[in-house]
Amino acid sequence: MQIGIFTVGDVTADPTTGRTPTEHERIKATVAIARKAEEIGLDVFATGEHHNPPFIASNPTATLAYVGARTDRLILSTATTLITTTDPVLIAEDYAKVQHLTDGRVDLMLGRGNTGPVYPWFGKDIRQGINLAIENYALLRRLWREDVVDWEGRFRTPLQGYTSTPRPLDGVPPFVWHGSIRSPEIAEQAAFYGDGFFHNHIFWPASHTQQMVDLYRRRFEHYGHGPADTAIVGLGGQFFMRPNSQDAVDEFRPYFDNAPVYGHGPSLEDFTEATPLTVGSPQQVLERTLSFRDYAGHYQRQLFLVDHAGLPLKTVLEQLDLLGEILPEMRKGFAEGRPAHVPDAPTHASLVAAAGGAHDTSVHAVDDVTGTTDREPDREPDREEVSA
Amino acid sequence: MTSIVVVSAGLSVPSSTRLLADRIAAVTAQALEEPEVVHVELRDLAHDLIDNLLTGFPSPRLGEALDAVRRADGLVAVTPVFSASYSGLFKTFFDVLEPGVLDGKPVLVAATAGTARHSLVLDHALRPLFTYLHAVVVPTGVFAATDDFGDAGLDARIARAAGELASLSAGRGVARSVPSTRRTVEEELADPTPFEQLLRTLAPS
Repeated sequence: MQIGIFTVGDVTADPTTGRTPTEHERIKATVAIARKAEEIGLDVFATGEHHNPPFIASNPTATLAYVGARTDRLILSTATTLITTTDPVLIAEDYAKVQHLTDGRVDLMLGRGNTGPVYPWFGKDIRQGINLAIENYALLRRLWREDVVDWEGRFRTPLQGYTSTPRPLDGVPPFVWHGSIRSPEIAEQAAFYGDGFFHNHIFWPASHTQQMVDLYRRRFEHYGHGPADTAIVGLGGQFFMRPNSQDAVDEFRPYFDNAPVYGHGPSLEDFTEATPLTVGSPQQVLERTLSFRDYAGHYQRQLFLVDHAGLPLKTVLEQLDLLGEILPEMRKGFAEGRPAHVPDAPTHASLVAAAGGAHDTSVHAVDDVTGTTDREPDREPDREEVSA
Repeated sequence: MTSIVVVSAGLSVPSSTRLLADRIAAVTAQALEEPEVVHVELRDLAHDLIDNLLTGFPSPRLGEALDAVRRADGLVAVTPVFSASYSGLFKTFFDVLEPGVLDGKPVLVAATAGTARHSLVLDHALRPLFTYLHAVVVPTGVFAATDDFGDAGLDARIARAAGELASLSAGRGVARSVPSTRRTVEEELADPTPFEQLLRTLAPS
């Protein structure tokens, strides 16, 4: 079971002080939060991608590469990478590059985005959102799996003899999750390819999550990837905790009441009942989190949103310390009753092993005149030499 | 059995909008063999509707009302006239319905107002709204100004409109011969479009 955090990178005023952090502060805070995640023993840090204020989450691969350089173990992911408006050719290149830089610690979650005008800004039509996700991902898969790609589709200029570089590390593309809240087509897509499916979960009643996860599991089995309970499922989650549960409620309420997504709407009490948001003691957060399995089945990745709605960095880091304290119990709880055949989320190491070992797939240019390459044909470079 | 859902957006108690809704519902039920009538009073759901706008999902009791509309064979929609149109509360209910729910569904539109000068609200505001939502709006709408509650003509209009709605709802009219080509999220969840088909629609011609 992988447990981690995800951020959407919102720059929001702290409602208790009225102060809005600068973009610079928010960007640096994001890195501090990611490093803290590693320090407390979490497995995953994921960043969103947005191309408009109030977010600082454009260009997620720069953030992931930087965090990768400042951490040792953390799996770096996205929540989400915009497969609709980002050129799949750039996604193929950028994430393969981060994969190399971080020695395989990267995967990604594809999503369609939440802001209408982003589509026209990038020359796309929002009414084609699902079709863009389908076509662009089909191309992305080929770019990572075939050295030379000839391609023609509806939404992008054709490719003739295109090679995406660098080739994926060890010949194994990063694992892909597909994120969707309410589009069955995306669960269907994840199932078709045997990829992971992630449900945002946090802003929605459990019944929505359950319907989408059920569909994905059912179709995963239909497409021959294995029994439904071996499909790769990820869920979001959201909490605010203090040792004393009433303190948590009192401290979080102004952030809840003014939050960009659900603020000025339902009461904290109604929303915590309707959605997975848990505001209370660490024990309550632990119990609620472990109850997600009741409707999603045994799953592979749990990501919490901890740094939004204007919560100051100091508070976010305290929240992570508290999460670190219950983390061993949470891991123990997730392991309880988990059948042996339910797999873990794929990692670079497991994908390499499944592929029968690492294969260098570097593509070296051929000299048009001499027909030779600058690569010595009889010698594979060994890892020490490469990293030296 | 034919199920009729009556959505009314009156705010006061007692409400002339609810009064009109009840009369239409009763006459429609009389014209049906096995009627099942469900009332959805939007005042009771006012906070839930605003919350749905802000959070994107309905509360359990609003969810029940939306489900009732989804399952209904016919709909009676009654609003008071506010600022020369349907009320915001009335519109919000139809704003949070998922697309496709009213496709081909027979709808009787009705409105109340203080004076007869607002009577064209049926054809200038309500009818275009339901046309946009791909509902089949019955030819006769019912408008009741305060004075109409003492006028025999109102009963005649109710009878005529209710007869039209009953006929269409019971499947004796044209509505069912216009199947929706749009699939709702619920339908996709139950029976997803196979991915091969989604891919095929993108193949270059």
